[in-house]
Amino acid sequence: MKKSIFSFIAVLLVIGVMAAAVITGFTIPGGFVTPVNMSAEEAANAKVIIPSIHDATNGIRRGLDLVGGSSITFEADLPDDYDSKNLSDDMSTAQSLLRSRLTAEGYTEANVSIQGDNRLLVEIPNIKNPEDAVQMLGKTAKLTFVDMAGKEWLTGADVKKATAVFGAASASSVVSEWYVALEFKSDAVQKFYEATSAISKMDPLNGQNRLAIVLDEEIVSAPGVSEAINSSTCSINGNFTEESARELANLINVGQLPFSLNQVELRSVGPQLGANALQTSVYAAAIGIALVCIFMIVVYRLPGFIACIALAFYCTLELIVLGLLHVNLSLPGIAGIILSIGMAVDANVIIFERIKEELRAGKTVKAAIDSGFKRAFTAILDSNITTLIAAGVLYFLGTGTIVGFATTLGLGVILSMFTALTLTHFLLNRMVDFKIRNAKVYGA
Amino acid sequence: MKNQFSIVKHFKIFTIISILLCITGLVSLLALPFGVNLYNFDIDFAGGTQMEFRMPNTKLDANVLREIQDLVKDKTGVTPNAPQITGEQNNEVIVRSTSLTSEQRASVIAAMQEKYKLTDDDLLSNEDVGKTVGDDLKKAALSSAVLAVILMLVYISFRFEFTSGLAAVLCLVHDLLVMLSVYVIFQLPFNQNFIACALTILGYSINASIIVFDRIRENLRTARKESFEDIADRSIWQTMGRTINTTLTTMFTIGMVFILGVPSLRDFTLPLLIGIISGAYSSIFLSSSLWAFFRKRLKKRHHAA
Repeated sequence: MKKSIFSFIAVLLVIGVMAAAVITGFTIPGGFVTPVNMSAEEAANAKVIIPSIHDATNGIRRGLDLVGGSSITFEADLPDDYDSKNLSDDMSTAQSLLRSRLTAEGYTEANVSIQGDNRLLVEIPNIKNPEDAVQMLGKTAKLTFVDMAGKEWLTGADVKKATAVFGAASASSVVSEWYVALEFKSDAVQKFYEATSAISKMDPLNGQNRLAIVLDEEIVSAPGVSEAINSSTCSINGNFTEESARELANLINVGQLPFSLNQVELRSVGPQLGANALQTSVYAAAIGIALVCIFMIVVYRLPGFIACIALAFYCTLELIVLGLLHVNLSLPGIAGIILSIGMAVDANVIIFERIKEELRAGKTVKAAIDSGFKRAFTAILDSNITTLIAAGVLYFLGTGTIVGFATTLGLGVILSMFTALTLTHFLLNRMVDFKIRNAKVYGA
Repeated sequence: MKNQFSIVKHFKIFTIISILLCITGLVSLLALPFGVNLYNFDIDFAGGTQMEFRMPNTKLDANVLREIQDLVKDKTGVTPNAPQITGEQNNEVIVRSTSLTSEQRASVIAAMQEKYKLTDDDLLSNEDVGKTVGDDLKKAALSSAVLAVILMLVYISFRFEFTSGLAAVLCLVHDLLVMLSVYVIFQLPFNQNFIACALTILGYSINASIIVFDRIRENLRTARKESFEDIADRSIWQTMGRTINTTLTTMFTIGMVFILGVPSLRDFTLPLLIGIISGAYSSIFLSSSLWAFFRKRLKKRHHAA
């Protein structure tokens, strides 16, 4: 009896602590802190164990349909004689191009990803003029090599290929490092020689002996030139990481990009629309949960009350897992969560109905609970797996916001099954331990 | 418990009710190949441009709507669909047309801002879907629905028997047709959210059918003299409490989103609500009867062979 009370209270405490943690966030060191109130340094050092629901950076991310912003899909317009072997390299070049343009325009939070074979998805939060961005990103790239006086020596069309290489950057060097190997077309060698011989004679003190690589209007790199180079190849080196070397190589290849990028999809939502959606959904969820709890208690009495505890635990778990998975929450994703809350009590309902039947058949409360769980198990398992099949198909075949919906729905099914089979069972058994054995209390 | 209403024996009545519920969806689906489109296709599937403006300084009426339509035509050369008034305060307007280029859209936005004194924030949404993207989405929708149904059929056949899988899948088709009817009757925007709705209802409805089938499976093990129909009837009534109560709790939460939610969520939750009711209906009144029916038919053929 004592042991039962102890474990009962301990479980309730754990649920309470977890619920508190998911609201305030749980970070180490410092125990419970709201990351919002931390200094930048503290926040950088703190390790987030359980991200707060308010923490959109470390926890559940807000989709563009909630915070406002644009997602733009570009499709590579492949020419008929295009060699599809190059597609993945060329797409990554195009990705670097878009990234560089976004950074140049100040959209530092923007994100560019490759979708499928020949599409690029650009996501820009808080953008006022999406059409400007569409046109800016979609225009043909202009790559030039200019000296510091602004004279144009070569263009992107003269480049044969640029690659990021790890090794000794020059014959005299013994240190291995990341550098960019640049190869010009054979008919551009003479132009390159003239450029390097002219630039190498300029004053190195004021940084005048540089050959700037300019994309659109932006200098992406300005390596110094120490001597005239009479060769189709050269290397650009100096403190590159693997990533920055690849990025620069990609950008230099932009001039060779054999396709243009066409915008095929644009989804732009103002901040107002999304904010209202999130707000009302939270209200709806709160009232919905309250209604479900009242209903469960009225219909199933004590077990119904226990189902409410299980539901609270379920909601907590769901929010924690969504946060840890960094789920990108979209509007349909929210609908998925709220739907799964309604469905979450299903396993409890199946079990309690079964317990009622067993009680009516004259079993004792303890025996009824045991056989109720045992007999309800196959029904719960089979019914949940079919819902999981639907969620899984959506997850793997769906696009955009649908994937978010599939994630929240699938997660909801798994977690609700878990809480019903563990927590509800545990708490009901404790009730029996507490000598609450009147069948009426169990809804019979 | 003795004088229960026999659901399986009144199969015909429920079949007729179901056909009435499905007929709109079925007809609208069959009409599509003949070029008759009864759906309110959103730009998601059809492709096109859709902009939503908030008009705080203008009283929206038919004249303004015509003005906007002319403005778009003037700027782009494309005649848009008739603009629609929307929003809580009826001060928002939706303009939809075939897909415009970025330059065309920018000129429309600039002209709207100038004419009606709008700020950047008054452009509530601005969407454009190309033909290829819409076509890809259609393919993805169809393939995911087919794949989900096949996987469920396989799973149920494996856990129960093939005839029960067949019955459950037929119920799914029923629920989908009811949902399509809802989309047609209420002229809901038919967009990619439909895929999510449809597959949720697939999962939900089959979930409910399986609870009944599970009980039939259990009762079959102990029953000796009872006919399959009687066992099915008994099982339906034994699981009735669960079916109704789970449907109610789900409707509480989704219903709240429907009542309080923003318009885009409302369009999403109405078919969900109706699909959930339809799923409960089909799992109570159709699934077991269909199982009994298929069992009889396939067994007969088996004996004859």
